[in-house]
Parts: sequence; structure tokens; C-alpha cells
Amino acid sequence: MSARKLCRLALTTSLVSTALALAACGGDDNNGLTVYSGRNEDLVGPLFERFEKESGVELNVRYADTAELASTLREEGEGSPADVFFGQDAGALGALEKEQLFAPLPPATLDGVPARYRSTGGTWVGTSARARVIGFDTRKVQEDAVPDSVFELVKPEYRGKVGWAPTNGSFQAFVTAMRKISGEDVAAKWLADMKANGAKAYDSNIVLRDAIAAGEVELGLLNHYYVLEAREADGADYPVGVHFVDGKDPGALVNVAGVGVLKSTDRSPDAQKLVDFLLAQESQQYFATETFEYPLAQGVPSPVGVPALDEIANPDVDLADLDDLAGTLALLEKAGVL
Amino acid sequence: MCLPLVYLGIVISDAPGTAWDALWRDRTARLAGRSLGLAAAVALSASAIAVAVAWLTTRTDLPGRRTWAVLAALPFVVPSYVGAYLFVSALGPGGVLVQMDWIYGFGGAWFVLTLFTYPLILLPVRAAMSRLDPALEEAARSMGRTPVDVFRTVLLPQLRPAIAGGALLAALYTLSDFGAVSILRFDSFTRVIYQSYKASFDRTGAAALAALLVLVMLVLFALEARLRRGRGSGRTSPGVARAATPVRLGRWTVPALLGCTTLVGVGLVIPVVTLAVWSTRAIAGEPEWSRILTGAGNSLLTGGLAAGAASLVALPIALLAARHPGRRTRVVEAMSSTGYVLPGLVVALAMVFVGIRVAPWAYQTLFIVVFALVVHFLPLALGSMRTALLQVPRSVEEAGRSCGRGPVSVWVTITAPLAIGGTLAGAALVFLTAVKDLPTLLLLAPTGFETLSTQIWSRTNVAAFEAGAIPALVLLAVSAPPLYLLVTKDR
Repeated sequence: MSARKLCRLALTTSLVSTALALAACGGDDNNGLTVYSGRNEDLVGPLFERFEKESGVELNVRYADTAELASTLREEGEGSPADVFFGQDAGALGALEKEQLFAPLPPATLDGVPARYRSTGGTWVGTSARARVIGFDTRKVQEDAVPDSVFELVKPEYRGKVGWAPTNGSFQAFVTAMRKISGEDVAAKWLADMKANGAKAYDSNIVLRDAIAAGEVELGLLNHYYVLEAREADGADYPVGVHFVDGKDPGALVNVAGVGVLKSTDRSPDAQKLVDFLLAQESQQYFATETFEYPLAQGVPSPVGVPALDEIANPDVDLADLDDLAGTLALLEKAGVL
Repeated sequence: MCLPLVYLGIVISDAPGTAWDALWRDRTARLAGRSLGLAAAVALSASAIAVAVAWLTTRTDLPGRRTWAVLAALPFVVPSYVGAYLFVSALGPGGVLVQMDWIYGFGGAWFVLTLFTYPLILLPVRAAMSRLDPALEEAARSMGRTPVDVFRTVLLPQLRPAIAGGALLAALYTLSDFGAVSILRFDSFTRVIYQSYKASFDRTGAAALAALLVLVMLVLFALEARLRRGRGSGRTSPGVARAATPVRLGRWTVPALLGCTTLVGVGLVIPVVTLAVWSTRAIAGEPEWSRILTGAGNSLLTGGLAAGAASLVALPIALLAARHPGRRTRVVEAMSSTGYVLPGLVVALAMVFVGIRVAPWAYQTLFIVVFALVVHFLPLALGSMRTALLQVPRSVEEAGRSCGRGPVSVWVTITAPLAIGGTLAGAALVFLTAVKDLPTLLLLAPTGFETLSTQIWSRTNVAAFEAGAIPALVLLAVSAPPLYLLVTKDR
């Protein structure tokens, strides 16, 4: 093909595609309720679909990373097209509350959820919770032999037998909790001792869980639902169990995903409808049975195979205080864990 | 084009004290040093590989040389975090193939980023090489110089602008990359910028560090200008492009083939095989093919639009740079390149900030996506177009003018056809980079607009990396034909 022909071809193609693209954009008017979702489509997409069907409110959902969406909302400010933010962790929700981007939620909505799982400022509310657990290889370890505190994992008997996922957000929130509860020095020492004891680092909770199932490590610091999920897929003889450590231990941290309504919304009735929908019995049931998280609305049973949320006493730490992730990352780096 | 800079200025001026503090933390200097070291190492090794492959695939009788060129450039489309993860799972501790503990840290980051950036040098250098006047080389060879001598004393000096430009791109890519360094656990400057945003929601600190990155880029820019100063590489004799007589590799054919095989084997086959193995597991989960196809179409659309738009925007700047070099031109060039050294998230957030205030009608449309991609990747188109224009001798244009043609006519019939190779190489680079872009698409695309790169992200985010294998393979497959067209057009 001659250069000229190619040039002409390229030009035509780009003109045609520009025209097509602009035509495609033309149809994008902002009819529905806009949701910025830091929770993955696979997990919450079905819920949103049901909301559209039941309420008749059309949703435009933008899926991206929780922290990146929170940053986007801050850059957008007043003009944000978003009405509702659905975040993966309390840290991002707290940051947006601090920036005063959230509108207050009505007391009736807030009161549906225990006080520790919602914002003290009354602008966001937890929708589901996840607990930190020690996953264990049921073929090699009896549950009563699994330690009741993460601090025991530095003992010589666990040398090279424990896995963790230092890049994971929930792991880092747990370390932040340890710094708050037990102090900086204790946390730093624990990290160093764990490393010296041969803790194996994995890239994600999923890889870590699979490593326990494959017999690579006997114990692993996980979120509870990763195990429940695999047990559901693989059947009851799945070789990984979950052990809840003592309630006072930082290793018993329970973190939440939650939702808030943006101050800049011009559709607050619909936004409120969505928040209430997420806290309604049926949706809460969905979290328990489909994503294996703890429902937070009162009276909805926990997922099968784990103790109820109010039975696993929780270390005494305010979720909103877990926002010093930067300090935790610095600590992890210093310990040579990251 | 310097909108990101404006954004950084606004954010920093909001809280200059905080920004200042962020810069003076003790680790800032250390991290800048580490990142620069990595960038320099990557630029050097990537240049060496790129020049060798470019020479083999344009100047020798290497069997299947065009195919080699395409295969060698292809790994670039894999998003760097997926690529890095592929290497970790193939070569790292507990690896499928071998176990190399050095994969984490500097060694691994150097290795993986070299493999991911040498196409940035390969494509422009190849384009430049195939436009060079073979007469000089033939003269040298007729006087008894060996091919190696000719390469060193005749070819290499003429290629300096192309190599320096490409090496600069590779260095800047390394500085701005987040995916590979985070998976390979190399503590770099960009990682801190991401952490500032994501861990402490500290936009001021992030902006201050990003501004420092721009400063570093300006220094590298000046360095590159020195490297290619005073080199006109026009043809000595006027006339149409003529193919160089290929160097007969003879007994070197086998080693050359082995070299190419090793490179493609490491850069492409290892990732593809690993992806294929993962795909077979993912296929059992009944992937949504229609959705993946839509994603592929959208990837091609955004990549193509970005490549076309970037070439159009680059044209006047490249003309200015090639025809009226000078300090003012350098400033224009440098300003139009600030987007490239910044991490993708910073550029995307800058476009969020500016877009919603200045052009709310375009916010979260394909228009702003393409605009943001051009702001981000313009230097890729610019560098190689400038090199191509530099190779068109003024005398040929002047001859055209003296025959009574007008400036436009000369440009259309003489300059453009002669510079088309380099221009397309630049467009190819923009295309390859745009199809793997993530933050721009996630934050700025119309709601529900999915590309292969966002699908890979979405899959790997909720499940294991294995789940992103199918869209990643499709991305490689759909990028190959346009790449083939762009790489093989020169003859």
C-alpha cells in the first residue's frame, strides 16, 4: 500500500470513527441516579439491577477503585455528577466526610445499623462487614490448636508456617488497628518478629487462601469471606477453616463497606431510596448469602458457618480512627514487609 | 497540553506549606534517586535491545524480519501491572518456570521495565533507520569497512536523534509507571504519589511530588537535547526512498535468529503461555464473550482515536521543532510533554478537576477521554514525528518550491510522504499505550463504557489475576493487526 493511500485510509477511518463516537456520546444524557461504586460489579451489580427493577429509578454506575473514586469526588467538588458513593472501606468514606462532601443521613437510616459500624458524624452508614480471621489447613491443624491471638504467631512453633498478604488493604487496616490498640512499638516489633519467623508474603488474600488449600502454609491472616466463598464453590470438605481470634486482639478487627449521599446531589429522594434499599432485609440477606459478608441491619442472620457478628467481640477501636494508612505503610516498609 | 501543570499549580498554591513539607521528607530525595537510577538503567538496556532489533529487522536479510519486528513490539500492550504479575508468577518464588528471587526489587523492575519499554525506542529507530540514505553506508562498505564498523561509525551517529528521543520516552515511562513497581515491590517515587492519594487522601503532598517529577523531566529533556544537538540526518542525495541492500548475515543468521527468539520468547511467549494456561481455567467459568467483544471494539476505538488525535496535535509542534529549532521551541516541546512523565492517576485527576469546571458538557464523554489520552501520551507521537521530519532534507523541499509548487503542495506531495513512516510509528506507540490505559478510562469514560483494560482491571480486582487472562489475551490479539500495518508500512 502506498504511503498516500494509507494516509487517506487513516484519515477517513479516524473521521468516521470520530463521527460515530460523537454520535454515541450524544445519547449520554444524565437521566438516572449516578452511583460511584468502589465495590466491584461482580459483587454488587445484581443488587443494583434489582433496585432499578423495584424502584423504577434508573442507575448509572461507575465502577473503579474506592480510593481513586474518593479522590475524583474531591476534585469534582460541587459540580460532581455523582449522587451516591458506595465505598469498599471506612477510610475512604471518612475522608469524604472530612472534606464535607456528604449530606447528612436521616436518623431512621442511621439507627438501622449498630453505632460502631457507621459514621459518628452521621453522613455515611456501613452496609456490610468483614472480619479478620486466621485461616487454617484443616488437614494439618485442629481448630483448638489455632492461636487465639495474632501475637502468638511469632512463636518458634509457627516458623515458616504462616502466610500473610501485606499489600492487601484489609491487612493494612488491621495493622493500623494494632498500632492504635497496642502502640507503635508493639506493632513494629510484631512485624519484625513475624518476618524473622518466616511469614510468607502473598500478593492477595485469594492467593494466600489458595496457598493454604494447596498445603503451602498451615495458617494465614485473611478476611473471613474468602474462605466461605471457596467453601461454597468447592463443597464442605474444602480444606481451609476459619478461626476467630480473641475479641480484644487487633486480629479480630471488623471493617465495613458503606454508602453516603453526596451533598451536591439534586436527586436526594432517589439517593435516599438507594441507601435504604441497601439496608433493607433482602439486600442485607444478599450480602450474607452471595458475598458471604456480615449483614449490618438488625435481625438479618449472619452467613452460614461463622459466629454471629455480636458474638465476635471486636477490638475497641473507632473505624474512623483507622485513617492513618500512610503511617502503617511507612511502618511496613521500615520492617521490610512491603 | 500543560493542563496537568496548571492543576498541580492550583493544588499546591492551596496549601503551599503542606506541599513544602511533603517535599522535604527525608525519603523524597532517596526515592527520587532510586527512581532516576532505575530510569537510567532501563533507558540504557532498552536502547541496546531496540537498536539491535531495529538493525536486524531493517538492514539485514534476517528471515521473517517484519514479523520479528511486530512480535518484538507486541508485549507493550499488556498493562504493566499484569505483565509484572505474569513475570512474578512465571519466574518468581514458587514460579511456574524457574525460581528467581531477584524478581522483587531493583533487578526485577529493571528486567521487566526494560522488556516493556524497548518498543518505545524500537519503533522510532526502525522508522528512522529505514528512511536513512543507504548511500552513506554503501560508500563506507565499498571502502572495505565491515558491517560492524559501518554500523558504529555511519549508522549510529545518524540515529542519535531517534535513539535519544526513544530513550527519553523509556526513561519517562519508567518514572511514571506504577503497576510494575508496585507488583515488583520496588520502592519508587510514583509509589509514594499513589500512596499519598490512596492511603492518606493527601492531594497536596501528591501534587508536590508530581511537580518534582515534572522538574526531573525537564532536566532529562535538556539532556536529550544535548545528545542530539547539531545532527542533521537528511539524505545526502535527493531522491526517492531506496531500500538499502540488506547485509548478508551469513553464518550470523543462526545467532541472530536465536537472539530474536530469546527476546520474543521472554517478552511475549512467557506472558502469552501463562495467560493461555490461566484462560483455560477462566473459560470453564463461561466468560461473557459478547461483553469482551464490545470491550475489544471500544479499546480499538479509543486507541485509534487517541492515535489519530495525538498525531494531528503533534504535527504543528513537530514542524516547529524540526524547522525552527531554538529555545522557544524547546519550551513548547517540553510543556507539551509534561503529561507524559506524570502517573496516569495524576493526569486523570487533573482532567477531572479541569474538565468539570471548564467543559462540563464534555465531562465523562469519549471526547474528554481522547483529550486526556492526547495530553498524557503526546510525546510518543511528537518525538518520532519530529525525527521523521528532521530526516526530510530542506533541499528537497526547496527544489519543489523552485519548480513553482506552493508551500502546501510541497508539504502534501513531498514532506508528508517522506515523513509518513515516522509519523505512523509514533501513532502506533500512542495506540499501544492508550489501549492499556486505566485511570483515564475508569474515571473519565462515559458511564458503562468498558474497554479490555477496564475489564482486565475489574476481573483481577475481584478475583485472582488469572481471571483477567482472557481480556488480556484478546488485547494482545486485537492489537497485533494494527501494529502490523503500522510497523510494516515503511516499504
